Amino acid sequence: MSFVLTEDEQMLRDSARGFLAEASPVSALRKLRDAKDPVGFSRELWGQMAEMGWTGVLVSEDHGGVDMGYSAAGVILEEIGRTLTASPYLSTAVLGATAFNLAGTESQKSAWLPKIAAGETVIAFAIDEKARHAPEKIDTRAVADGNGFRLSGKKRYVVNAMGADVLIVAARTEDDRINLFLVDPEAEGVERTARRTVDSHVPADIVFDDVKLTGEAILSGAEDPEAAYRLLLDAGRACQAAELYGAALQAFDVTLDYIKGREQFGVSIATFQGLQHRAAHLYGELELTQSLVRRALTTLDTQPSQAPLWCAAAKAKATQVARLSAAEGIQMHGGVGMTDEYDIGLYYKRAQAAGEYLGDDAFGAGEVARLSGY
Amino acid sequence: MSLDTFRKETRAWLEANCPEAMRKPIRSEADICWGGKNWTFASQDQKVWFERMVEKGWTVPTWPTEYGGGGLSKEEAFVLKEEMKAIGARSPLDSFGIWMLGPALLKYGTHEQKLEHLPPIARGEIRWCQGYSEPGAGSDLVSLRTKGELKGDRYIVNGQKVWTSYADKSDWIFALVRTEPDAPKYSGISFLLIDMDQKGVSTKPIKLISGKSPFCETFFDDAEALTKNRLGEAGQGWEIAKYLLSHERAGIVSEAAFGGLNPVTAAHQSGEVEEDGRLSDPILRGDVARLTIDGLAFDATMRRVKEEADHGEGVGARASMLKYIGTELNKRRNELNMSALGYDGLLWEGEKESDGDPARSWLRSRANSIEGGTSEIQLNIVAKRVLDLPSA
Repeated sequence: MSFVLTEDEQMLRDSARGFLAEASPVSALRKLRDAKDPVGFSRELWGQMAEMGWTGVLVSEDHGGVDMGYSAAGVILEEIGRTLTASPYLSTAVLGATAFNLAGTESQKSAWLPKIAAGETVIAFAIDEKARHAPEKIDTRAVADGNGFRLSGKKRYVVNAMGADVLIVAARTEDDRINLFLVDPEAEGVERTARRTVDSHVPADIVFDDVKLTGEAILSGAEDPEAAYRLLLDAGRACQAAELYGAALQAFDVTLDYIKGREQFGVSIATFQGLQHRAAHLYGELELTQSLVRRALTTLDTQPSQAPLWCAAAKAKATQVARLSAAEGIQMHGGVGMTDEYDIGLYYKRAQAAGEYLGDDAFGAGEVARLSGY
Repeated sequence: MSLDTFRKETRAWLEANCPEAMRKPIRSEADICWGGKNWTFASQDQKVWFERMVEKGWTVPTWPTEYGGGGLSKEEAFVLKEEMKAIGARSPLDSFGIWMLGPALLKYGTHEQKLEHLPPIARGEIRWCQGYSEPGAGSDLVSLRTKGELKGDRYIVNGQKVWTSYADKSDWIFALVRTEPDAPKYSGISFLLIDMDQKGVSTKPIKLISGKSPFCETFFDDAEALTKNRLGEAGQGWEIAKYLLSHERAGIVSEAAFGGLNPVTAAHQSGEVEEDGRLSDPILRGDVARLTIDGLAFDATMRRVKEEADHGEGVGARASMLKYIGTELNKRRNELNMSALGYDGLLWEGEKESDGDPARSWLRSRANSIEGGTSEIQLNIVAKRVLDLPSA
């Protein structure tokens, strides 16, 4: 386990940074927002990400991927966070690939992993049924029906669902256990309603009304499907934490640049001790976050049994610090920080939304307490 | 020897040589072995453990063997540390000589100085204290006024130091002394090693809010320091002091992160725990969990910084960040201990020797963010040297 990036990962980071700055700067998100884009992300960009091999980082070489692991996925997400790029990367390349890796049968893996690696599919992951993340509170039911199932229930705020080709839905089977099901969003009985959130993303509320599924729809490759479900969420948390860390870092950099350039009372405001101490404190918090995120990602790659604690801790810290970084950024920008014209406010909004996803800092703290046994 | 072999042999040796009583967590100051001319061991086990480790050179595992060290590589020393941690082994000897003066001597000392001073540190024979701060100066160390006047082969030292930890129990002091009064303030300072067992040196303890205190005032009244006991060149003292401060900061930090009472244990002691192990007070539980998260983050950051240093990135001013975070965390931990203990935490004295320890530890922790440069000084250093923000 290492905190220092490998040479391959460094190259990946450099190329991701260069590419995203060019193809998907913050202005790209503004454009999607102002055009009221119906899905909230660019399919074209998704194809470009696939061409660079990003979508296959968690896909084995047998299935057309590059198999670089969570550490590399985190590197990409950190850069995605820096530019506020809206993409189905987390839901498809991370959660989708992980779901198949952990819970797919061999034939499901062969069918879906190559599509993920090739960027030919967009997956949305339907978990929560309430406004706050609660992965155990699943009332959606999949009832056996001949060789297949009938699915009924409601999901809320399903990220990227408006542009998804397939949904992975968490539902309880008759034994009351949580399983994952593949559902065609166009199938009869599925109704998606777009919800526009503060970060200019477009998640969807989805109703499943007695949707008919074949026997192939259930991800039945895992010995313990609930354990697979939990580890999948942990992986999602660590990767979402990486994106939050990237956003936090960029908000910080943007703010430092701003205060270095701004003069008041005839001097650079960066000389003011009040601002210097806020910035230095924030720097420390960012360093802590970076360490936890790296630790969570590398633990997923090397010692998955130890991952839950690190993933919960990383998500909690990244959530808290991304919010802090952007909030401090607004404060240090002063009045212009409140304007739409400056980017810092967009970071604040994204920090809140990505922070909520898969559990906020309070949720993570609860997990850490539980996993620590107190 | 391969690292794996080293690990196996080390594990076996520790298993055979570390007394059972030295594998229990440190509960208070009394459990720490400091060494020195006047040292008396707290127990036979403490003495046995100390002597066995001294013999291996493992009180200072990475120092060269000719200076009393273990001659281990960084990797081997890390393995030793891990194996000690695995059985909960206490540190056999702690001292400012090991943490602070030793590294400075290794870097700036002549061969003769190293031979004279390092082995007694490694063997716990001489206890050192640090003479930096002066009355009225606080963290502004260079405003010091203690004078050293060169007369033949010695300096005649006059002045006063303050906050000299354990000066009353120490044998020697390493001190910053102004030896060139007319030089610019950063370049007129020399770093002198002064024998405290002489007529012109006296000390007086300072009583703190914690009731006990390691701190003293130290007075020099025509005290003498031989020029051969000046570390580095005349006027180079500030450079050495800065180098040493980064070690001091690392020392305070590892102390802050090190063991001791934690709020979960504290809650168990006061019975504030449900049958399933949950802390009874949900808000305290949340606060403790957030502390746990920051503790994990801090540990991971220490490891990351170390790893990056091994890859050639200097730690530099990031030591200030670590000092700031580590000490603030330690204060938080102590505050939560007090919450979890309730009235038990407020005990000042009682039947048991350990009664009053949590309160003293809590009060003592307030000094963490003042000593070794205040949190504000650390933030200034980070702002200027890491973030490159301009001075006013």
